[in-house]
Amino acid sequence: MQDTTANQVAANATSSFTEHLQRNRPGLLPFNQPLPAVSAGAASQPLQVPHATTIVSLTYGGGVLMAGDRRATMGNIIASRHIEKVFPADRYSVLGIAGTAGIAIDLTRLFQVELEHYEKIEGTLLSLEGKANRLGAMIRGNLPMAMQGLAVVPLFAGFDLPAGTGRLFSYDVTGGRYEEQEHHAVGSGSMFARGALKKLWRPGLTEAEAVAVAVEALYDAADDDSATGGPDPVRQLWPVVYTVGRTGARRIPEHDLAAVAGTIIEARTAARREA
Amino acid sequence: MTQQFYVSPEQLMKDRADFARKGIARGRSVVVISCEEGIALVAENPSPSLHKIGEIYDKIAFAAVGKYNEFESLRQAGVRYADVRGYSYDREDVTARGLASVYAQSLGAVFTAEQKPFEVELAVVEVGGNSADDHLYRLTFDGSIADEKRFIVMGGQADKVAETVEGGWQRELNFAGAIRLAMKGLVTDKEAGELPASALEVAVLDRASESTRGSRRAFRRLDDDEIAALLSEEN
Repeated sequence: MQDTTANQVAANATSSFTEHLQRNRPGLLPFNQPLPAVSAGAASQPLQVPHATTIVSLTYGGGVLMAGDRRATMGNIIASRHIEKVFPADRYSVLGIAGTAGIAIDLTRLFQVELEHYEKIEGTLLSLEGKANRLGAMIRGNLPMAMQGLAVVPLFAGFDLPAGTGRLFSYDVTGGRYEEQEHHAVGSGSMFARGALKKLWRPGLTEAEAVAVAVEALYDAADDDSATGGPDPVRQLWPVVYTVGRTGARRIPEHDLAAVAGTIIEARTAARREA
Repeated sequence: MTQQFYVSPEQLMKDRADFARKGIARGRSVVVISCEEGIALVAENPSPSLHKIGEIYDKIAFAAVGKYNEFESLRQAGVRYADVRGYSYDREDVTARGLASVYAQSLGAVFTAEQKPFEVELAVVEVGGNSADDHLYRLTFDGSIADEKRFIVMGGQADKVAETVEGGWQRELNFAGAIRLAMKGLVTDKEAGELPASALEVAVLDRASESTRGSRRAFRRLDDDEIAALLSEEN
């Protein structure tokens, strides 16, 4: 191609905020930063930074739901009891993050701006598939950091307006994107949460039932995984739960979650069994 | 060898300004009104997709008259500026004043350095907690910036339209009232008493977006049905 003005203008026209940063302000990206080479001795000891843990997501009759516990760990230490790991990405989608908390939170911020930027420049919303692909590209951008132990693994869920259904997507550290059916979980407690979801999930759940299923799955994860925090009635800390339906993303209010968590704790106390 | 004629700097600047002014006056007007409920932006624009009004950031909107390609590139640059700033500092650190001064600088640079000046006039507006905290900035083709109160009218027969808007403006106007007033202004040079909703482009910066819609983004574009409903509403 000839380097004409028209070509230059076309090449510079981007609706992607990430691409704009890459060109003009690469220093602001959470990834793409050259890390010092790690010696063999240091590599065996991973960097001590906060890690975000379990996220669960499931579909229900009116859309899709995502929930995350409130704990971040740093080795054997609880780094935070209050961390929030599920965020609205835009009006019709949410994402939850597991892995290195610092990078994951910045990545989330970047992803939120990316979607809003596209909407403002183009005047229309990105399709759900398009959003899922952009997130995959960002996770792939973080691959060099992931190789050094600073991995981020998100879970992405949204309402597909044209199709009229809630859909959810999981990712691997290389940016691979996989659409999941029914339910999925990521993070250190995901094995236990997934086991619980398999028993608790059924087609056509209502929103309230779906919230109860998600909170119970996180309860089971916290039961067996030390890095996942359960509901905390002492500090009044409950999981962060978002639902996404046709009318958009909605955060489930604290008092609803307190009631749901209270019911689960009561039922288990009454049963007096080893879970 | 061709001889370069001497042109005085005064004459040069005057020619450029006349050229830009002519281009801007050819188009149709845009009216921005600050009112009780927020800021209403109304443009006469038959196209449903080529917008003259756009969202820049949470509380900031943009309106323009003149050449579409020129103000569209300025709008996109504004969105990029605001998003980079909000991403690297914080969302509340993005202000209309900062954006307006960047626009003023780039318009000024184009006016003096480029082959031809931009034939555009812009409004950058920010909605505040009450109408006294609203900011309305008007930017002209040569990079001049003015801090306006109450309303801005740009393009077309701007003087006539402004006269009508000035006469009907009150602090207590709601969105319906402000949009009706804007339309009354827009039809001053027309035979017909009113414009159909499809010929209007209307957006609002909602002062109470956080409490009523649960969204920090105050900008909302109204579709034809909403515009028609607001116009037919009785005061």
